[in-house]
Amino acid sequence: MLPYFALIILFPLLGALVNGVVGKRLSRSLIAVIGCLTVGLSFALAAVVFRELLLLGPDERTISFKLFTWIESADLTVDAAFLLDPLSVVMILVVTGVGLLIHIYSVAYMADEPGYYRFFSYLNLFIFMMSVLVLADNYLLMFVGWEGVGLCSYLLIGFYFDRKSAGDAAKKAFIVNRIGDVGFILGAFLIFRTFGTFNYLQVFERASEQFPSPEVGFGILSAICLLLFVGATGKSAQIPLYVWLPDAMEGPTPVSALIHAATMVTAGVYMIARSSALFSRAPETLLIVAVIGVATATLAACIALVQTDIKRVLAYSTVSQLGYMFLAAGVGAFGAGIFHLVTHAFFKALLFLGSGSVILALHHEQDLFRMGGLKKYLPATFWTMWIASLAISGVPPLSGFFSKDEILFNAFLLGHGVLWVIGIVVAALTAFYMSRLMFLTFHGTRRTGTTADHGGHGEHGHEPKEPSFLMTGPLMILAILAAVAGFVGLPAYLGGSRLEHFLEPSFALRYVQSSGGEHHSFSSEIALTVIAVLAGLTGIVIAYYAYLRDPELPGRVAGRLSGLYSAARQKFYVDEIYDRLIIWPIQRLSDVVLWRVIDVHVIDGLVNGAGGLVQYWSSGLRRIQNGYTRSYAAWVLLGAVLIFIYYYVVTA
Amino acid sequence: MVPTAHYLVLSAILFAIGVVGVLTRRNVIAMFMCIELMLNAVNLAFLAFSRHLHQLDGQIFVFFVMTVAAAEAAVGLALIVVLSRQKQTLDVDQVNEMKG
Repeated sequence: MLPYFALIILFPLLGALVNGVVGKRLSRSLIAVIGCLTVGLSFALAAVVFRELLLLGPDERTISFKLFTWIESADLTVDAAFLLDPLSVVMILVVTGVGLLIHIYSVAYMADEPGYYRFFSYLNLFIFMMSVLVLADNYLLMFVGWEGVGLCSYLLIGFYFDRKSAGDAAKKAFIVNRIGDVGFILGAFLIFRTFGTFNYLQVFERASEQFPSPEVGFGILSAICLLLFVGATGKSAQIPLYVWLPDAMEGPTPVSALIHAATMVTAGVYMIARSSALFSRAPETLLIVAVIGVATATLAACIALVQTDIKRVLAYSTVSQLGYMFLAAGVGAFGAGIFHLVTHAFFKALLFLGSGSVILALHHEQDLFRMGGLKKYLPATFWTMWIASLAISGVPPLSGFFSKDEILFNAFLLGHGVLWVIGIVVAALTAFYMSRLMFLTFHGTRRTGTTADHGGHGEHGHEPKEPSFLMTGPLMILAILAAVAGFVGLPAYLGGSRLEHFLEPSFALRYVQSSGGEHHSFSSEIALTVIAVLAGLTGIVIAYYAYLRDPELPGRVAGRLSGLYSAARQKFYVDEIYDRLIIWPIQRLSDVVLWRVIDVHVIDGLVNGAGGLVQYWSSGLRRIQNGYTRSYAAWVLLGAVLIFIYYYVVTA
Repeated sequence: MVPTAHYLVLSAILFAIGVVGVLTRRNVIAMFMCIELMLNAVNLAFLAFSRHLHQLDGQIFVFFVMTVAAAEAAVGLALIVVLSRQKQTLDVDQVNEMKG
């Protein structure tokens, strides 16, 4: 049974092909069944494989399965082979599990949309590509999945391709990701140059032999890791390449939940965790990863504070939480990063799906300030979203509390006090903006539907309704997961993390500092935890006062800090700065130099010159072809005479 | 016995007449006959050398040339018939559409 885990990737591919090729002629219900069933089969298989893996000893839990030899050229051999180990099985469970729930949710969410078959075909293709990404056993095959999910992301952001903003957002996501991908592929090439293979296990083994201790200064290993990290910043939306993710919210909401929150954007974190044997030996790069992570977390949290579009708040929140995961990787706590990845997949997918059900109930209204008081209309959405919101705010004993705490504690433990402090502040900001979102959406009074400003939708004037069970069901399952998933990763003082223990074989070849003083007292860990929880609660309480008790307060604060407020509203002008610093110079260069000089004069000159030269020569030559048979005969005679003379001269 | 040189001179004269005829005559049938004349001049040279060298190769070659000439005559005359039907002329200088 076990080696056939590669079949996991097969079902979604079949679903994508069937729906993509003949879906136009199938009924909607059949399309939905195909879409969900294929992912469901994958998930079931993943669960079986996970169970079988648990039955094996910890050292036997690394199994690879070769499908065929993909590339063979001199020293280079790349197999289309798949690797099953604790890390990839956790990832595949999250991808197929959350993917299945979101497929089911989409059945109802997309019910009235055109292009139903197209949507499910893309979604299945995404699951296939993501499975290739996490199950690949070498960097090159991972890159195939890496590009494939990028393609699916592009297709799904631009799903409403008749809207210009959606098309622009899709292009932006694609182009920004390509910048990161250049880093990834260069990093992979450098790995091949240094270690002579792309295969994970061989690379890590050779790395641990060649670098028994971490690299001093910035050498080849740091360069490899930095290039890989550039790839991760693109895919996982970190500074400086995060700008595409908020715009990606143009896609349908289930897509935002699946691709731009739960799975694809965590690919960068997965890749760094997978390469822990390399990253842990490159302290210079690791520090960069941690600093970028915490900087992204802070910047995105600040922007999220003042956004008014419900999905954009969640998008910046995703960027911010991804920053936490990179902080974890940067301080060498790869297991904690994966733990947060898993819990984040649950609660962020839940938040997006919840926001989707709010948006649908309000007929595609996304402005927080036009919502309010939805508690009594959407009770299931209300309760499940609050669970997710408290989880992301780090309220015990929900999942986000354990995972975020694990990251912050590891940051503190490894002597990065500044990073810890910033992390705590971001935790408070997170709690604040999430509670703000919840209060504005569900509490207070309704701000739409009763007033005339919504007159255009007069026929929709009836009250918002809870969506069908197909949508609330996944919400409830995700809510349970978001609530209890934390118990697989308990802190040391409560018995230690089972998840990190399970993941340990995947990180076995990483470099571990053998310094003493590892023993910290549980009391200090508990004290740090209490501070983190207090920070989160403070954020919630402030949000409560600002948005429920005293709704005038935010306006007054915004007026006092108007410069900072409008800067945050405008996303700190990052898009404008990129536009001015990168896009504008490139456009000017293209226009003034490349077009007007190089293209018009050099390229066109070469082409026209070649044509002109041929014309010039042939204008003389074509007089010979005059159509008179006898003149041709004369030429033949002349040729014969010349050949005769030639031989006469040569032989004489 | 006639010396070989005499045959060759006759052959050269016939060939030259054929060449001049092809180049100067405008009637396509006359040109065609001049081409036949050139072929037969060559045949004469073959036979002369064959006799001179006491080898049969040249005579065999003449058979080939005659065969090809017969085939050529068939195709050539067919072309001339088509030409005269299309253009109502046998003047090759009237047929000069194929030019650059």
